[in-house]
Amino acid sequence: MTKNYFEVIRPGINATFQDLGRKNLYHIGIPFSGAMDKRNYLLANELAGNKVNSPVIEFAYQGPLLKFIGEKINFTITGDVKFKIIKKNKEEDGNCYQNYKLEDGDHLDIISTYNSVYGYLAISGNYDVQLQWNSCSINTKAQIGSNNGKILEKKQKIIITETHSHESKKKLDHLNSKIENIRVIKGTNYNYFSENSKKIFFNEEFTVTKLTDRMGMRLKGAKIENIVDTNIKSEGIVKGVIQVPTDGNPIVMLSDHGTIGGYPKIGVVISSDYDKLVQLPPGSKIKFKEVELSDAELLFKLYQMETKNIISKIK
Amino acid sequence: MIKNISNLGDAALYCDFGTEVSKEINQEVIKYFKNIKEKKLEGIDNITPSYNKLIISFDLNITNFGNLKKIIENLEIKKFESEKGNIIKIPICCDKEFALDIKRLQEKLKISEDKILEKFFSKEYYCYMTGFIAGHPFLGDTDKSLRAKRLETPRVRMPKGSVGITEQFCNIYSFESPGGWNIIGNTPLNIFEKNNEEKPNLIGPGDTVIFKQISMSEYQEYND
Repeated sequence: MTKNYFEVIRPGINATFQDLGRKNLYHIGIPFSGAMDKRNYLLANELAGNKVNSPVIEFAYQGPLLKFIGEKINFTITGDVKFKIIKKNKEEDGNCYQNYKLEDGDHLDIISTYNSVYGYLAISGNYDVQLQWNSCSINTKAQIGSNNGKILEKKQKIIITETHSHESKKKLDHLNSKIENIRVIKGTNYNYFSENSKKIFFNEEFTVTKLTDRMGMRLKGAKIENIVDTNIKSEGIVKGVIQVPTDGNPIVMLSDHGTIGGYPKIGVVISSDYDKLVQLPPGSKIKFKEVELSDAELLFKLYQMETKNIISKIK
Repeated sequence: MIKNISNLGDAALYCDFGTEVSKEINQEVIKYFKNIKEKKLEGIDNITPSYNKLIISFDLNITNFGNLKKIIENLEIKKFESEKGNIIKIPICCDKEFALDIKRLQEKLKISEDKILEKFFSKEYYCYMTGFIAGHPFLGDTDKSLRAKRLETPRVRMPKGSVGITEQFCNIYSFESPGGWNIIGNTPLNIFEKNNEEKPNLIGPGDTVIFKQISMSEYQEYND
Protein backbone atom coordinates (compact mmCIF):
# COMPACT_ATOMS: atom_id res chain seq x y z
CA MET A 1 0.00 0.00 0.00
CA THR A 2 1.27 3.45 -0.88
CA LYS A 3 1.82 5.85 1.89
CA ASN A 4 -0.40 8.88 1.41
CA TYR A 5 0.40 12.17 3.02
CA PHE A 6 0.21 15.93 2.67
CA GLU A 7 3.26 18.09 2.92
CA VAL A 8 2.53 21.52 4.33
CA ILE A 9 4.09 24.07 1.95
CA ARG A 10 2.34 27.03 3.61
CA PRO A 11 0.52 26.48 6.89
CA GLY A 12 -2.00 29.34 6.60
CA ILE A 13 -3.02 31.48 9.53
CA ASN A 14 -4.67 29.15 11.98
CA ALA A 15 -5.13 25.66 10.61
CA THR A 16 -6.01 23.01 13.20
CA PHE A 17 -7.52 19.54 13.34
CA GLN A 18 -11.04 19.64 14.74
CA ASP A 19 -13.95 17.30 15.41
CA LEU A 20 -16.97 17.69 17.70
CA GLY A 21 -14.75 18.48 20.70
CA ARG A 22 -14.51 17.05 24.22
CA LYS A 23 -17.00 16.91 27.07
CA ASN A 24 -17.08 16.70 30.85
CA LEU A 25 -13.78 18.50 31.46
CA TYR A 26 -14.91 22.05 32.32
CA HIS A 27 -14.37 21.30 36.01
CA ILE A 28 -10.65 20.91 35.43
CA GLY A 29 -10.41 23.87 33.08
CA ILE A 30 -10.66 22.25 29.65
CA PRO A 31 -13.23 23.71 27.24
CA PHE A 32 -15.15 21.93 24.46
CA SER A 33 -13.06 23.21 21.55
CA GLY A 34 -14.20 21.41 18.35
CA ALA A 35 -15.17 22.88 15.00
CA MET A 36 -16.35 26.49 15.33
CA ASP A 37 -19.01 26.30 12.61
CA LYS A 38 -20.57 22.96 13.38
CA ARG A 39 -22.89 22.86 10.37
CA ASN A 40 -20.09 23.34 7.86
CA TYR A 41 -18.02 20.78 9.76
CA LEU A 42 -20.84 18.21 9.50
CA LEU A 43 -21.37 18.98 5.81
CA ALA A 44 -17.66 18.48 5.08
CA ASN A 45 -17.72 14.97 6.56
CA GLU A 46 -21.05 14.10 4.92
CA LEU A 47 -19.74 15.11 1.50
CA ALA A 48 -16.50 13.22 2.06
CA GLY A 49 -18.46 10.13 3.10
CA ASN A 50 -16.92 10.04 6.57
CA LYS A 51 -18.32 9.18 10.00
CA VAL A 52 -19.95 12.09 11.86
CA ASN A 53 -17.10 12.78 14.31
CA SER A 54 -14.15 12.45 11.88
CA PRO A 55 -11.20 14.85 12.10
CA VAL A 56 -11.10 17.66 9.54
CA ILE A 57 -8.69 20.55 9.00
CA GLU A 58 -10.25 23.86 10.05
CA PHE A 59 -8.62 27.02 8.75
CA ALA A 60 -9.25 30.71 9.37
CA TYR A 61 -8.90 33.47 6.73
CA GLN A 62 -5.94 32.09 4.77
CA GLY A 63 -5.83 28.29 4.52
CA PRO A 64 -2.86 25.99 3.95
CA LEU A 65 -1.09 25.13 0.69
CA LEU A 66 -0.72 21.36 0.68
CA LYS A 67 1.20 19.02 -1.59
CA PHE A 68 -0.28 15.55 -1.89
CA ILE A 69 2.07 12.61 -2.09
CA GLY A 70 0.63 9.16 -2.70
CA GLU A 71 -1.80 7.43 -5.01
CA LYS A 72 -5.01 9.46 -4.94
CA ILE A 73 -7.35 11.07 -2.49
CA ASN A 74 -10.83 12.51 -2.62
CA PHE A 75 -11.58 15.70 -0.68
CA THR A 76 -14.22 18.36 -0.07
CA ILE A 77 -14.03 21.94 1.20
CA THR A 78 -16.94 23.65 2.94
CA GLY A 79 -17.57 27.25 3.95
CA ASP A 80 -17.10 30.26 1.69
CA VAL A 81 -13.62 29.51 0.42
CA LYS A 82 -11.50 30.28 -2.63
CA PHE A 83 -9.18 27.42 -3.52
CA LYS A 84 -7.22 26.00 -6.42
CA ILE A 85 -6.16 22.54 -7.44
CA ILE A 86 -2.77 22.72 -9.13
CA LYS A 87 -1.82 19.76 -11.33
CA LYS A 88 1.29 19.31 -13.48
CA ASN A 89 -0.27 20.79 -16.61
CA LYS A 90 -3.23 22.80 -15.40
CA GLU A 91 -4.76 24.80 -12.60
CA GLU A 92 -8.40 24.57 -11.67
CA ASP A 93 -10.49 26.81 -9.42
CA GLY A 94 -12.44 24.73 -6.93
CA ASN A 95 -16.01 25.04 -5.70
CA CYS A 96 -17.04 24.42 -2.14
CA TYR A 97 -19.44 21.54 -1.36
CA GLN A 98 -18.08 19.36 -4.16
CA ASN A 99 -15.76 16.33 -4.34
CA TYR A 100 -12.36 16.63 -6.01
CA LYS A 101 -9.52 14.23 -6.52
CA LEU A 102 -5.82 14.79 -5.87
CA GLU A 103 -3.12 12.59 -7.36
CA ASP A 104 0.57 12.22 -6.61
CA GLY A 105 2.32 15.60 -6.70
CA ASP A 106 -0.87 17.70 -6.97
CA HIS A 107 -1.15 20.84 -4.87
CA LEU A 108 -4.22 22.10 -3.04
CA ASP A 109 -3.99 25.85 -2.47
CA ILE A 110 -6.62 27.08 -0.01
CA ILE A 111 -6.29 30.76 -0.81
CA SER A 112 -8.75 32.35 1.58
CA THR A 113 -12.19 32.42 3.09
CA TYR A 114 -14.32 35.33 1.85
CA ASN A 115 -16.90 37.33 3.83
CA SER A 116 -16.40 34.72 6.54
CA VAL A 117 -13.78 33.33 8.88
CA TYR A 118 -13.66 29.51 8.96
CA GLY A 119 -13.50 26.85 6.29
CA TYR A 120 -13.18 23.06 6.47
CA LEU A 121 -11.15 20.52 4.53
CA ALA A 122 -12.33 16.92 4.81
CA ILE A 123 -10.56 14.10 3.00
CA SER A 124 -12.42 10.88 2.23
CA GLY A 125 -10.40 8.94 4.72
CA ASN A 126 -8.58 9.34 7.99
CA TYR A 127 -5.63 11.33 9.22
CA ASP A 128 -3.07 9.91 11.61
CA VAL A 129 -4.13 12.06 14.55
CA GLN A 130 -3.62 11.59 18.25
CA LEU A 131 -6.77 11.78 20.36
CA GLN A 132 -6.90 13.32 23.81
CA TRP A 133 -10.04 12.66 25.80
CA ASN A 134 -11.52 11.05 22.68
CA SER A 135 -11.07 14.14 20.55
CA CYS A 136 -8.45 15.32 18.07
CA SER A 137 -9.53 18.96 18.53
CA ILE A 138 -6.54 21.23 18.95
CA ASN A 139 -6.69 23.80 21.72
CA THR A 140 -3.51 25.78 21.11
CA LYS A 141 -3.68 27.64 24.40
CA ALA A 142 -3.61 24.51 26.56
CA GLN A 143 -1.61 22.65 23.87
CA ILE A 144 -4.16 19.87 23.94
CA GLY A 145 -5.19 17.61 21.07
CA SER A 146 -3.49 16.21 18.00
CA ASN A 147 -0.31 17.70 16.46
CA ASN A 148 0.93 18.28 20.05
CA GLY A 149 -1.82 20.87 20.48
CA LYS A 150 -0.20 23.16 17.88
CA ILE A 151 -1.37 24.74 14.63
CA LEU A 152 -0.08 23.26 11.38
CA GLU A 153 3.52 24.19 10.66
CA LYS A 154 5.48 24.68 7.49
CA LYS A 155 7.15 21.52 6.11
CA GLN A 156 5.31 19.14 8.42
CA LYS A 157 3.82 15.95 7.01
CA ILE A 158 0.19 15.04 7.58
CA ILE A 159 -0.04 11.27 7.35
CA ILE A 160 -3.20 9.79 5.87
CA THR A 161 -3.94 6.35 7.30
CA GLU A 162 -6.91 5.24 5.26
CA THR A 163 -8.71 6.42 2.11
CA HIS A 164 -12.03 5.66 0.40
CA SER A 165 -14.59 7.03 -2.12
CA HIS A 166 -11.90 7.76 -4.69
CA GLU A 167 -14.29 8.27 -7.57
CA SER A 168 -17.07 9.93 -5.59
CA LYS A 169 -18.75 12.93 -7.22
CA LYS A 170 -20.92 14.10 -4.35
CA LYS A 171 -22.17 17.63 -4.64
CA LEU A 172 -24.41 20.09 -2.86
CA ASP A 173 -25.90 23.41 -3.88
CA HIS A 174 -25.59 25.45 -0.74
CA LEU A 175 -25.32 29.09 0.15
CA ASN A 176 -24.35 30.16 3.64
CA SER A 177 -26.86 32.77 4.76
CA LYS A 178 -25.50 35.80 6.54
CA ILE A 179 -26.68 37.11 9.87
CA GLU A 180 -26.73 40.62 11.31
CA ASN A 181 -29.11 40.11 14.19
CA ILE A 182 -27.69 37.77 16.79
CA ARG A 183 -30.36 36.46 19.12
CA VAL A 184 -29.56 36.54 22.78
CA ILE A 185 -31.11 35.46 26.10
CA LYS A 186 -30.57 37.88 28.97
CA GLY A 187 -27.60 36.93 31.13
CA THR A 188 -27.51 36.19 34.85
CA ASN A 189 -26.05 39.66 35.60
CA TYR A 190 -28.30 41.60 33.25
CA ASN A 191 -29.33 43.90 36.09
CA TYR A 192 -25.74 44.98 36.71
CA PHE A 193 -26.12 47.41 33.80
CA SER A 194 -27.80 50.81 33.59
CA GLU A 195 -31.21 51.13 31.90
CA ASN A 196 -29.61 53.15 29.15
CA SER A 197 -26.91 50.50 28.60
CA LYS A 198 -29.52 47.74 28.41
CA LYS A 199 -31.19 49.74 25.63
CA ILE A 200 -27.87 50.24 23.88
CA PHE A 201 -27.11 46.54 24.14
CA PHE A 202 -30.31 45.48 22.38
CA ASN A 203 -30.61 48.36 19.91
CA GLU A 204 -27.25 49.67 18.83
CA GLU A 205 -24.71 48.24 16.44
CA PHE A 206 -21.50 46.57 17.61
CA THR A 207 -18.43 45.97 15.49
CA VAL A 208 -16.42 42.75 15.54
CA THR A 209 -12.79 43.71 16.28
CA LYS A 210 -9.52 42.14 15.18
CA LEU A 211 -8.98 40.86 18.71
CA THR A 212 -11.12 37.85 17.91
CA ASP A 213 -10.01 34.22 17.84
CA ARG A 214 -11.24 30.75 18.79
CA MET A 215 -11.41 31.81 22.45
CA GLY A 216 -13.49 34.92 22.18
CA MET A 217 -14.94 37.66 20.02
CA ARG A 218 -14.23 41.18 21.22
CA LEU A 219 -16.78 43.78 20.20
CA LYS A 220 -16.68 47.53 20.07
CA GLY A 221 -19.56 49.96 20.27
CA ALA A 222 -21.16 52.35 22.71
CA LYS A 223 -19.77 51.64 26.17
CA ILE A 224 -21.93 49.37 28.35
CA GLU A 225 -22.10 50.97 31.76
CA ASN A 226 -22.03 48.80 34.86
CA ILE A 227 -23.84 50.27 37.88
CA VAL A 228 -23.31 47.45 40.39
CA ASP A 229 -19.85 45.89 40.23
CA THR A 230 -17.45 45.29 37.34
CA ASN A 231 -16.39 42.00 38.92
CA ILE A 232 -18.38 39.02 40.13
CA LYS A 233 -17.14 36.08 42.17
CA SER A 234 -15.56 33.88 39.50
CA GLU A 235 -17.94 31.22 38.17
CA GLY A 236 -18.42 28.85 35.27
CA ILE A 237 -18.84 30.02 31.70
CA VAL A 238 -20.40 28.38 28.67
CA LYS A 239 -20.02 28.93 24.93
CA GLY A 240 -21.88 32.04 23.77
CA VAL A 241 -21.77 33.91 27.10
CA ILE A 242 -21.33 37.67 26.60
CA GLN A 243 -19.20 39.17 29.36
CA VAL A 244 -18.67 42.86 29.89
CA PRO A 245 -15.31 43.66 31.49
CA THR A 246 -14.43 46.94 33.18
CA ASP A 247 -13.81 48.81 29.91
CA GLY A 248 -17.48 48.35 28.89
CA ASN A 249 -16.80 46.48 25.63
CA PRO A 250 -18.58 43.12 25.37
CA ILE A 251 -16.71 39.85 24.71
CA VAL A 252 -18.49 36.77 23.41
CA MET A 253 -16.95 33.56 24.71
CA LEU A 254 -16.24 31.08 21.91
CA SER A 255 -15.28 27.39 21.70
CA ASP A 256 -11.79 27.58 23.31
CA HIS A 257 -12.94 29.91 26.14
CA GLY A 258 -11.55 29.93 29.67
CA THR A 259 -13.89 27.76 31.75
CA ILE A 260 -14.21 30.24 34.63
CA GLY A 261 -14.63 33.98 34.49
CA GLY A 262 -15.16 36.92 36.79
CA TYR A 263 -16.90 39.49 34.60
CA PRO A 264 -20.66 40.13 34.65
CA LYS A 265 -22.70 38.30 32.00
CA ILE A 266 -25.09 40.57 30.13
CA GLY A 267 -26.39 37.88 27.77
CA VAL A 268 -25.89 34.52 26.10
CA VAL A 269 -26.02 33.92 22.33
CA ILE A 270 -28.59 31.22 21.56
CA SER A 271 -27.34 27.88 20.24
CA SER A 272 -28.99 28.19 16.81
CA ASP A 273 -27.08 31.41 16.00
CA TYR A 274 -23.61 30.29 17.09
CA ASP A 275 -22.39 28.93 13.71
CA LYS A 276 -23.25 32.16 11.94
CA LEU A 277 -21.84 34.37 14.68
CA VAL A 278 -18.37 32.80 14.54
CA GLN A 279 -18.24 33.33 10.77
CA LEU A 280 -18.39 37.13 11.12
CA PRO A 281 -14.99 38.59 10.24
CA PRO A 282 -13.52 41.67 11.96
CA GLY A 283 -15.29 44.84 10.83
CA SER A 284 -18.72 43.15 10.66
CA LYS A 285 -21.59 45.05 12.25
CA ILE A 286 -24.00 43.15 14.44
CA LYS A 287 -27.06 43.82 16.57
CA PHE A 288 -28.30 41.76 19.48
CA LYS A 289 -31.98 40.84 19.64
CA GLU A 290 -33.57 39.61 22.83
CA VAL A 291 -35.44 36.29 22.78
CA GLU A 292 -37.02 34.15 25.49
CA LEU A 293 -35.81 30.65 26.37
CA SER A 294 -38.84 29.04 24.69
CA ASP A 295 -38.10 30.91 21.43
CA ALA A 296 -34.47 29.81 21.58
CA GLU A 297 -35.47 26.18 22.03
CA LEU A 298 -37.80 26.37 19.05
CA LEU A 299 -35.17 28.11 16.93
CA PHE A 300 -32.70 25.36 17.79
CA LYS A 301 -35.18 22.72 16.54
CA LEU A 302 -35.53 24.68 13.31
CA TYR A 303 -31.75 24.90 12.99
CA GLN A 304 -31.48 21.12 13.40
CA MET A 305 -34.21 20.49 10.84
CA GLU A 306 -32.54 22.84 8.41
CA THR A 307 -29.19 21.03 8.82
CA LYS A 308 -30.88 17.67 8.13
CA ASN A 309 -32.65 19.16 5.15
CA ILE A 310 -29.38 20.46 3.67
CA ILE A 311 -27.70 17.08 4.17
CA SER A 312 -30.60 15.34 2.42
CA LYS A 313 -29.94 17.44 -0.69
CA ILE A 314 -26.45 16.05 -1.20
CA LYS A 315 -26.41 14.30 -4.60
CA MET B 1 -28.59 23.84 49.30
CA ILE B 2 -29.44 25.27 45.91
CA LYS B 3 -31.33 28.53 46.44
CA ASN B 4 -32.39 29.02 42.87
CA ILE B 5 -32.00 27.41 39.44
CA SER B 6 -32.19 29.66 36.40
CA ASN B 7 -31.06 29.29 32.79
CA LEU B 8 -27.73 30.52 31.47
CA GLY B 9 -28.61 30.77 27.79
CA ASP B 10 -30.58 27.93 26.24
CA ALA B 11 -28.20 25.10 27.04
CA ALA B 12 -27.11 25.49 30.69
CA LEU B 13 -28.55 25.47 34.21
CA TYR B 14 -27.30 28.11 36.63
CA CYS B 15 -27.57 26.71 40.16
CA ASP B 16 -27.15 29.47 42.74
CA PHE B 17 -25.99 28.59 46.26
CA GLY B 18 -26.02 32.22 47.47
CA THR B 19 -23.61 35.13 47.35
CA GLU B 20 -21.31 34.27 50.24
CA VAL B 21 -17.92 32.65 49.66
CA SER B 22 -17.11 30.07 52.31
CA LYS B 23 -15.69 26.58 52.51
CA GLU B 24 -19.02 25.26 53.82
CA ILE B 25 -21.03 26.58 50.88
CA ASN B 26 -18.39 25.43 48.41
CA GLN B 27 -18.43 21.92 49.92
CA GLU B 28 -22.17 21.89 49.30
CA VAL B 29 -21.54 22.87 45.64
CA ILE B 30 -18.94 20.11 45.30
CA LYS B 31 -21.31 17.57 46.89
CA TYR B 32 -23.88 18.36 44.18
CA PHE B 33 -21.17 18.24 41.53
CA LYS B 34 -20.07 14.76 42.63
CA ASN B 35 -23.63 13.44 42.90
CA ILE B 36 -24.66 14.70 39.47
CA LYS B 37 -21.45 13.44 37.90
CA GLU B 38 -21.94 9.99 39.40
CA LYS B 39 -25.52 9.72 38.08
CA LYS B 40 -24.25 10.17 34.48
CA LEU B 41 -27.51 11.87 33.50
CA GLU B 42 -28.27 11.73 29.82
CA GLY B 43 -27.53 14.90 27.88
CA ILE B 44 -25.25 16.58 30.44
CA ASP B 45 -22.07 17.80 28.76
CA ASN B 46 -20.30 19.60 31.60
CA ILE B 47 -20.67 20.43 35.28
CA THR B 48 -18.64 23.38 36.58
CA PRO B 49 -18.41 24.00 40.32
CA SER B 50 -17.20 27.40 41.55
CA TYR B 51 -17.23 29.24 44.91
CA ASN B 52 -21.02 29.31 45.26
CA LYS B 53 -22.45 28.38 41.86
CA LEU B 54 -22.79 25.20 39.84
CA ILE B 55 -23.25 25.43 36.09
CA ILE B 56 -24.58 22.40 34.27
CA SER B 57 -24.39 22.60 30.50
CA PHE B 58 -26.29 20.16 28.34
CA ASP B 59 -26.84 19.00 24.77
CA LEU B 60 -29.98 20.65 23.44
CA ASN B 61 -30.41 17.70 21.04
CA ILE B 62 -31.04 15.40 23.99
CA THR B 63 -32.66 17.38 26.78
CA ASN B 64 -33.75 20.90 27.72
CA PHE B 65 -33.80 23.34 30.61
CA GLY B 66 -37.25 22.37 31.90
CA ASN B 67 -36.55 18.63 31.99
CA LEU B 68 -33.13 18.91 33.55
CA LYS B 69 -34.26 21.45 36.17
CA LYS B 70 -36.90 19.00 37.40
CA ILE B 71 -34.34 16.19 37.57
CA ILE B 72 -31.83 18.28 39.53
CA GLU B 73 -34.49 19.59 41.93
CA ASN B 74 -35.59 16.06 42.77
CA LEU B 75 -32.13 14.55 42.94
CA GLU B 76 -31.25 12.63 46.07
CA ILE B 77 -28.01 14.11 47.34
CA LYS B 78 -25.82 11.77 49.35
CA LYS B 79 -22.62 12.33 51.25
CA PHE B 80 -19.41 10.93 49.88
CA GLU B 81 -16.93 9.01 52.02
CA SER B 82 -14.02 11.01 50.69
CA GLU B 83 -15.65 14.37 51.37
CA LYS B 84 -12.34 15.72 52.68
CA GLY B 85 -10.44 15.52 49.40
CA ASN B 86 -6.71 14.93 49.06
CA ILE B 87 -3.88 16.73 50.80
CA ILE B 88 -1.26 17.93 48.33
CA LYS B 89 2.17 19.37 49.17
CA ILE B 90 3.46 22.01 46.80
CA PRO B 91 7.06 23.28 46.96
CA ILE B 92 7.58 26.95 46.11
CA CYS B 93 10.73 28.92 45.58
CA CYS B 94 10.32 32.59 46.55
CA ASP B 95 13.68 33.88 45.35
CA LYS B 96 13.79 37.32 43.77
CA GLU B 97 13.55 36.13 40.20
CA PHE B 98 10.28 34.29 40.93
CA ALA B 99 8.62 36.63 43.44
CA LEU B 100 7.65 39.18 40.80
CA ASP B 101 5.28 41.23 42.96
CA ILE B 102 6.64 40.86 46.48
CA LYS B 103 8.01 44.43 46.53
CA ARG B 104 4.67 45.78 45.35
CA LEU B 105 2.86 43.79 48.06
CA GLN B 106 5.26 45.04 50.69
CA GLU B 107 4.33 48.60 49.81
CA LYS B 108 0.59 47.97 49.46
CA LEU B 109 0.20 45.83 52.58
CA LYS B 110 2.78 47.72 54.65
CA ILE B 111 4.36 44.57 56.04
CA SER B 112 7.83 43.17 55.41
CA GLU B 113 8.68 40.62 52.75
CA ASP B 114 9.61 38.06 55.40
CA LYS B 115 6.34 38.59 57.21
CA ILE B 116 4.36 38.12 53.98
CA LEU B 117 6.02 34.78 53.36
CA GLU B 118 5.74 33.70 56.99
CA LYS B 119 1.99 34.39 56.99
CA PHE B 120 1.56 32.73 53.61
CA PHE B 121 3.35 29.49 54.52
CA SER B 122 1.71 29.16 57.94
CA LYS B 123 -1.71 28.25 56.51
CA GLU B 124 -3.31 25.34 54.67
CA TYR B 125 -5.38 26.20 51.63
CA TYR B 126 -8.64 24.77 50.42
CA CYS B 127 -9.30 24.31 46.68
CA TYR B 128 -12.64 25.93 45.81
CA MET B 129 -12.45 25.14 42.12
CA THR B 130 -10.18 24.31 39.21
CA GLY B 131 -10.41 26.08 35.90
CA PHE B 132 -10.06 29.25 33.87
CA ILE B 133 -7.07 27.56 32.24
CA ALA B 134 -6.54 23.79 32.43
CA GLY B 135 -5.62 22.58 35.91
CA HIS B 136 -5.49 26.06 37.47
CA PRO B 137 -6.64 25.92 41.14
CA PHE B 138 -8.44 28.69 43.06
CA LEU B 139 -7.30 28.30 46.69
CA GLY B 140 -8.20 30.04 49.93
CA ASP B 141 -8.33 31.64 52.32
CA THR B 142 -5.22 33.72 52.84
CA ASP B 143 -4.47 35.58 56.06
CA LYS B 144 -6.38 38.86 56.40
CA SER B 145 -3.14 40.86 56.40
CA LEU B 146 -2.23 39.56 52.91
CA ARG B 147 -5.28 40.68 50.99
CA ALA B 148 -4.51 42.90 48.02
CA LYS B 149 -6.19 43.67 44.74
CA ARG B 150 -5.11 42.37 41.37
CA LEU B 151 -2.46 44.15 39.33
CA GLU B 152 -3.92 47.26 37.67
CA THR B 153 -2.57 46.03 34.34
CA PRO B 154 -2.52 42.25 34.05
CA ARG B 155 0.63 40.61 32.71
CA VAL B 156 0.36 39.31 29.17
CA ARG B 157 2.51 36.34 30.14
CA MET B 158 2.57 34.84 33.61
CA PRO B 159 5.41 32.30 33.80
CA LYS B 160 4.29 28.71 34.22
CA GLY B 161 4.21 27.61 37.88
CA SER B 162 3.76 31.16 39.23
CA VAL B 163 2.00 31.28 42.60
CA GLY B 164 -0.13 34.36 43.11
CA ILE B 165 -2.39 35.97 45.69
CA THR B 166 -5.35 38.31 45.34
CA GLU B 167 -8.13 39.21 47.80
CA GLN B 168 -8.66 36.13 50.02
CA PHE B 169 -7.39 33.68 47.41
CA CYS B 170 -4.19 32.21 46.00
CA ASN B 171 -3.55 30.34 42.76
CA ILE B 172 -0.98 28.53 40.65
CA TYR B 173 -0.64 29.22 36.92
CA SER B 174 -0.61 25.72 35.42
CA PHE B 175 1.04 27.00 32.26
CA GLU B 176 2.06 30.31 30.74
CA SER B 177 -0.99 32.52 30.39
CA PRO B 178 -2.14 36.10 30.83
CA GLY B 179 -2.99 36.95 34.43
CA GLY B 180 -3.29 39.64 37.06
CA TRP B 181 -2.53 38.06 40.44
CA ASN B 182 0.34 39.20 42.69
CA ILE B 183 3.14 36.68 42.20
CA ILE B 184 5.13 35.64 45.27
CA GLY B 185 6.94 32.53 43.99
CA ASN B 186 7.09 29.63 41.60
CA THR B 187 6.64 25.87 41.90
CA PRO B 188 8.74 23.40 39.90
CA LEU B 189 5.85 20.87 39.97
CA ASN B 190 3.67 20.20 36.95
CA ILE B 191 0.19 21.23 38.08
CA PHE B 192 -1.37 19.96 34.86
CA GLU B 193 -0.20 16.84 33.04
CA LYS B 194 -2.03 16.63 29.72
CA ASN B 195 -0.88 13.11 28.94
CA ASN B 196 -2.45 11.72 32.08
CA GLU B 197 -6.05 11.48 30.88
CA GLU B 198 -7.27 9.81 34.07
CA LYS B 199 -6.10 12.61 36.33
CA PRO B 200 -4.43 15.49 34.48
CA ASN B 201 -4.95 18.00 37.30
CA LEU B 202 -2.81 17.71 40.41
CA ILE B 203 -5.28 19.74 42.50
CA GLY B 204 -9.05 19.30 42.28
CA PRO B 205 -12.05 21.00 43.91
CA GLY B 206 -12.25 20.10 47.61
CA ASP B 207 -8.54 19.23 47.98
CA THR B 208 -6.24 20.81 50.57
CA VAL B 209 -2.89 22.33 49.61
CA ILE B 210 0.11 22.77 51.88
CA PHE B 211 2.85 25.01 50.48
CA LYS B 212 6.48 24.44 51.44
CA GLN B 213 9.22 26.98 50.80
CA ILE B 214 12.30 25.65 49.00
CA SER B 215 15.64 27.15 48.04
CA MET B 216 16.79 27.87 44.51
CA SER B 217 19.08 24.80 44.51
CA GLU B 218 16.20 22.57 45.61
CA TYR B 219 14.05 24.15 42.91
CA GLN B 220 16.65 23.38 40.27
CA GLU B 221 16.97 19.76 41.43
CA TYR B 222 13.28 19.24 40.65
CA ASN B 223 13.91 19.98 37.02
CA ASP B 224 16.93 17.70 36.65
